[in-house]
Amino acid sequence: MLLFDEMRSDGATRAPYAGVEGWLDDIGLSLLDLRSKEAEALFRRIGITFAVYGEGGDPERLIPFDLIPRVIAAAEWERLSAGIKQRARALNAFLYDVYHRREILRAGRIPSRLVTQNDAFLPEMIGFEPPGRVYSHIVGVDLVRTGPDDFFVLEDNCRTPSGVSYMLENREIMMRMFPDLFEDGLVRPVDGYAADLRRTLEEVAPPACKQDPQVVVLTPGPFNSAYYEHSFLADSMGADLVEARDLYVQEGRVWRRTTRGPEVVDVIYRRIDDDFLDPLAFRPDSALGVPGLMHAYLSGGVTIASAPGAGVADDKAIYTYVPEMIDFYLGEAPILPNVQTFKCSEPDDLSYVLDNLRDLVVKEVAGSGGYGMLVGPRSTEAEVEAYRARIEADPEDFIAQPTLDLSAAPTLASGKIVSRHVDLRPYCLVGKQIRLTPGGLTRVALREGSLVVNSSQGGGVKDTWVLSKES
Amino acid sequence: MLSRTAANLYWTGRYVERADATARLLAMGARMTMLPGAATRGDWQSVLQTAGVPLPEDGLTGRREAIEALLLAPGGSSIKACFEAARSNGRAERTALTSLMWEALNDDWRALEVVNVAAASQSLPDHIDWAHRRAATFRGATETTMLRDDRYDFLRLGGLIERAAMTLRLLDVKYLALLPERDVVGGGRDLYQWTSLLLASSALRAYHHVYRGDVKARNVADLLLLNRAFPRAVALCADEAGAALDRLAGRYGQRHDCHDRANALCETLRNADTDTIFSDGLHEFVTETLDDVLALHSAIAEAYGF
Repeated sequence: MLLFDEMRSDGATRAPYAGVEGWLDDIGLSLLDLRSKEAEALFRRIGITFAVYGEGGDPERLIPFDLIPRVIAAAEWERLSAGIKQRARALNAFLYDVYHRREILRAGRIPSRLVTQNDAFLPEMIGFEPPGRVYSHIVGVDLVRTGPDDFFVLEDNCRTPSGVSYMLENREIMMRMFPDLFEDGLVRPVDGYAADLRRTLEEVAPPACKQDPQVVVLTPGPFNSAYYEHSFLADSMGADLVEARDLYVQEGRVWRRTTRGPEVVDVIYRRIDDDFLDPLAFRPDSALGVPGLMHAYLSGGVTIASAPGAGVADDKAIYTYVPEMIDFYLGEAPILPNVQTFKCSEPDDLSYVLDNLRDLVVKEVAGSGGYGMLVGPRSTEAEVEAYRARIEADPEDFIAQPTLDLSAAPTLASGKIVSRHVDLRPYCLVGKQIRLTPGGLTRVALREGSLVVNSSQGGGVKDTWVLSKES
Repeated sequence: MLSRTAANLYWTGRYVERADATARLLAMGARMTMLPGAATRGDWQSVLQTAGVPLPEDGLTGRREAIEALLLAPGGSSIKACFEAARSNGRAERTALTSLMWEALNDDWRALEVVNVAAASQSLPDHIDWAHRRAATFRGATETTMLRDDRYDFLRLGGLIERAAMTLRLLDVKYLALLPERDVVGGGRDLYQWTSLLLASSALRAYHHVYRGDVKARNVADLLLLNRAFPRAVALCADEAGAALDRLAGRYGQRHDCHDRANALCETLRNADTDTIFSDGLHEFVTETLDDVLALHSAIAEAYGF
């Protein structure tokens, strides 16, 4: 398979990138390089950083921002958008099912053990009716591209996908630095996201809420790596940013301590893991969390978004069955295909994987963040053999995928424009309605040849443009 | 507003003010030690005592030790530690600050990490200016961009309490450390020390403007304690803290113990005059007032749940 370059293919510039190419020609490399440094200074100044403690050096780091936008044509987005929304509906339908009648397991479409023996499965949630039957209110769908019409879903994030603040701030910075680029209105705006998120959360207010829903964002605190994002989202929604110690449960409802005395909380957009929600329910040894929160939630006193236990839909073993879900619950054909995936839990797949390790990407079923994976073609013999031993010891913990030739986009590196691999994470909001901001977060692997785009592994980000229909 | 937000804003205000006051102390120390007779006076000891820094056991404190303690020491009340604490309180309340205010806290915040004592000593005036500028930028951004809501009042309360306490501490050190022997009051050495005190509160010009003439102990005390035209006067800080608390009471429809305490403090300072203060003992008046200010701090924290 040939590498697909999103800007140039077959020696010609692809239509969606015409504007970007004109801009690059006008601005010239040296000015672009200069502007790139200005952008970095802006990010640092505004405080758009992620925290890395305990590694020495700067405790607050920047995610490298590449100035050259990644462009998606109107028609391309139309298909992506339909596919993402379809997936978000199916994933929520699946979550409702596994905590109720489990039809899909009884029908034998998904092996029961993948659900019931899943660490993210919460028996407490069985039979509970979350408002609007929504479990995953913010679904991050990671997409990769290998050709003009070939988009694949790489994974789903049903718990608390992060990075949306970069989607918004990248655009802010671009509009601030290059206002001309946006003058003709060809790029669809993204700044409606915060209002959409707020509406989504208000739509899932609990039964006990009788007035305007009070929404808060729950953060682990300033030392969390994504703290900037938490405060950014709270601020843009006009919601309080709370830590667990600001909340308490009384008479079945959740209250926050304020300078006026206690005030009620209806919807909690939590950016903490299930384990740390409620020490009474999950981790008695933990000082974190709000004692009694689960009880208040299960009795309809508060809504937690995403719902506890929503993670059962997004691990890498369940992922392989999402096309089944789309067929089973929606009666539709998947608009966006999965990447072909081998389940090491199945003997045939396992022997194929072990025979072809050098050509595959192998991932831990419960892993995330680009850690703990094997990229076969780019690993040493010793790394491959060490990984082989791990797979053989616990085959059920691994899946494998062919190494995809991810599409590449023009990227500025040491004063030159080079081609670097990119992916895309759109953020789909699920309340009474499903809302999707055009675009998402484009992550770019800054190291030459690297396929890993995670920020923890040296990835950067780009502004993502979805062009409006007129273009 | 969350009680934690109120606390973080209050402490942001306090730490910025403390950094500013500490810079002023450093400037005072540096200036005093350039005057004749510095070797025998122990000026840096007095300065450290005012800042509440424990003196080394051998009692030897020179320029290097003072710069270390007041400018660079991690933790404690060095300028670096104060700005870091202010920033980290502000960072936790990023949403409660305007972007200009945040930038004032965030810009250049690690500048002192690369500075060592020797380098700092070489360019001390630059570092002092840097500290004043940062504090001034933050206050300016606050004044011009922050909504006048309860957040503003908590931020301001922190600054006012710190400012009042710092002025009082300065005055007290005058009696405890600079001048243990009362019999020399009014002597040449005494004049010199009162002048330093004015310098430490950036008040020398203000003094000449208001009182025109030689530096007299009584006038200095009047300026720093009671003259509401002077921005760091304790009486003005108390009045403004009282006003901020009244606005909070109006907004929340609730009065607390801290409101009574603030009123009582304002009342005391309104009825005070320098004649009585000096005949009853300046030290006693200053200590009692400092106790009242610290008690007011605790009462505010209790009333608003932090």
